[in-house]
Amino acid sequence: MSPAASSPYGPQADPGPPGMAAKLLGFCEELRGEGVAVGTSEILDAFAALEHVRWTSHDDFREALASTIAKSQDDRRVFELLFDRYFFRAAEAEAVARGVDESQGEGGAAEGEEPPGAADRLDLEELGERIREAMEAGDEDALRDLARLAIAAFGKGEGSGVVGVDVQRIRRTLGLSAGSQPPTEDGAERPPLDREQLTAFERHLRRELERDLIERTETLPPSRPLAELDRALPTSPTQDLAAVHRAVSQMKRRLATLGHEQRGRRHGQAVDVRRTMRASLETGGVPLRLRYRPKRPRRPEIYVLCDVSTSVTSASVFFLSVLHALHDSFRKLRSFVFIERISEVTDVFEHERDFAVVAQRISSEGGVADVSGYTDYGRVWLEFLTEISDELDPRSTVIVLGDARTNGRQPHAEVFAQIAERAGRLFWLNPEPRLYWNYGDSVMAAYERHCDGAFECWTTKHLENFVNVVAGGLPASE
Amino acid sequence: MADTPHGSVQDVKQALAEVGYLADEPAALVSFLAQRLGKPILVEGPAGVGKTELAKALSRASGRELVRLQCYEGLDESKAMYEWNYRKQLLRIQAGGEQGWQDVQEDIFSSEFLLTRPLMQAIASPEPVVLLIDEIDKTDQEFEAMLLELLSDFQITIPELGQISATTMPVVVLTSNDSRELTEALKRRCLYLWLDYPGAEREMEIVRLHAPELPETLARRLVEVIEMVRDLDLKKPPSIAESIDWARTLLLMGAEDIDRDTFKRSLSIIVKHRTDIDLVAERVGMKLPEPGRTG
Repeated sequence: MSPAASSPYGPQADPGPPGMAAKLLGFCEELRGEGVAVGTSEILDAFAALEHVRWTSHDDFREALASTIAKSQDDRRVFELLFDRYFFRAAEAEAVARGVDESQGEGGAAEGEEPPGAADRLDLEELGERIREAMEAGDEDALRDLARLAIAAFGKGEGSGVVGVDVQRIRRTLGLSAGSQPPTEDGAERPPLDREQLTAFERHLRRELERDLIERTETLPPSRPLAELDRALPTSPTQDLAAVHRAVSQMKRRLATLGHEQRGRRHGQAVDVRRTMRASLETGGVPLRLRYRPKRPRRPEIYVLCDVSTSVTSASVFFLSVLHALHDSFRKLRSFVFIERISEVTDVFEHERDFAVVAQRISSEGGVADVSGYTDYGRVWLEFLTEISDELDPRSTVIVLGDARTNGRQPHAEVFAQIAERAGRLFWLNPEPRLYWNYGDSVMAAYERHCDGAFECWTTKHLENFVNVVAGGLPASE
Repeated sequence: MADTPHGSVQDVKQALAEVGYLADEPAALVSFLAQRLGKPILVEGPAGVGKTELAKALSRASGRELVRLQCYEGLDESKAMYEWNYRKQLLRIQAGGEQGWQDVQEDIFSSEFLLTRPLMQAIASPEPVVLLIDEIDKTDQEFEAMLLELLSDFQITIPELGQISATTMPVVVLTSNDSRELTEALKRRCLYLWLDYPGAEREMEIVRLHAPELPETLARRLVEVIEMVRDLDLKKPPSIAESIDWARTLLLMGAEDIDRDTFKRSLSIIVKHRTDIDLVAERVGMKLPEPGRTG
């Protein structure tokens, strides 16, 4: 049969040339495809490292490769995912190439696992029970064997042709799920399944299904790039909070030193008469070289305006955590939230340190959504200008967090321009991708003209990027 | 086995264990590879998982001297590498008044007038050393760039003197708390090791190693509680060092079990933020048995 046509998963993947070096290069190539920067020097290091470890030890082999190739936590995670997939496939491809298949080759290993026939399939309940036991015992080998049994019980080749779907179908039919468990037949309570063990079982299922498939079709399924979801590190909101705090504390340092230093040198420096005279002694009393009064780094004075309307709901939590972190770092900071009107929330942040409470209080007593609940940027600028403008001076930095969607109302860009003029610097962080700016009711362009910088910002990475740019560095590569 | 490269990964692990550092497999393997390949190790991980301790243990295990460079913002080459001893140079010029300029110039820029700083010390040392560059993420990118020559070729270029190459291969350990992304160029030259909080078993071994008088049941209990605390979303989860401190505290308090009372009294050893303390007391404290009841 023609392999490419018969595979339900698509065309055949190229097994690549034989040999370890080629395999390793192929692996690195895949890593590059996933965005891990693997340079030639890394590959050379990997080869050098492999000379010193035993290849027969799975862990040593993997760790040696990982330490030379994957140089961050993110990279490491992608590495793990690809390592399993790639070397498993490489082994299977080799088997296909050599025509090894389980029924003829390793009779011993297959014994007892092969289904005796479709006629007497295993009792599903009993199988489920055994899998449960194996999970509780944490026995990986047993799990693998049971995964094969489960697939056999469902009949080889009867799957939908999509591994992921089959895995979930088998798991559900066996009645395995995390959380509370149905009681046993005699009514006894059962402990809930460990989520990690369940994932491990699914991994075995996936692997065995894939192995079956490769054996049946004698081809490799095409390799697919990792989904965004797979490769992201598992994080909790509070971990993100920590990352935001980190980026902000960095921003504080930069704002306090680097940025101002550069600004100061440009214009408006005062001559230091005393030091000029002193320096003139070198040249016989002729003041050839002027000495300037050193510019004192100014204390950052920050005004943050944060949109909390429904159009930015998804970003609000992020923005509030940015605000929260800013309050941790800066003393001279005033924060405002706005929807239709503006409301100062500096007090809330200063008196409450727990982020959850802050978020709750702002939503309950912010008092910013008066009538319609739609953002009115124009009105916000007007209010901000009347209330605050006297206090704005060239030393102050204004940061706006919002999507610039005016809901068709008057944007009052000229008022915004006035604010920008009074404030020393004005930055805009927009939670939407640049691509969406100025589409629909977004009037970003009208405001962007008056900003010292406008940035897309919905992850900590963007925030760090913003910090870098503010600090005068180059934008971090995405 | 002073200063012979260890034979295998297991030997390294063994040697580290003998000096009181229980390395996990990846840590032992990377330490082994670093010695074999002569490459620096970049260790990243949360605060307090034993990154710095790894370097110290490597130095103890191999019998090498530890040269430590603590990084901070604004660290520059005159503090990290070398500096000309300006005063001594001045003295030299004044003392040798009748000599020609050429002689003086050659003389004052010789190694006699060089003040060596940690990096230079590590390179110039006749005995092989372990060089620890601690918290590299605290420095500026410019400093990182300056390190590149040292890390790849183990040499330092001084304009007046030329290149100074290492006579012996130092083992270099860089640690980072991941407070900023390090440059690709730096990472490229290093082996990467991510240290994380240890599993329950290993942490228990570590605690028992450092507080041997602690009964096993209590140690197990302690590790369980610590794990519970780390699972909460804290500003600063307890580090391994704090587990050890806590174990010692419990010994001093003569505690037999970690009950609610003991926990409350010694809580400040492991949690060091006001909001964290409240959270931990609420979530973990409640799960512990009442005082007086053993169980």
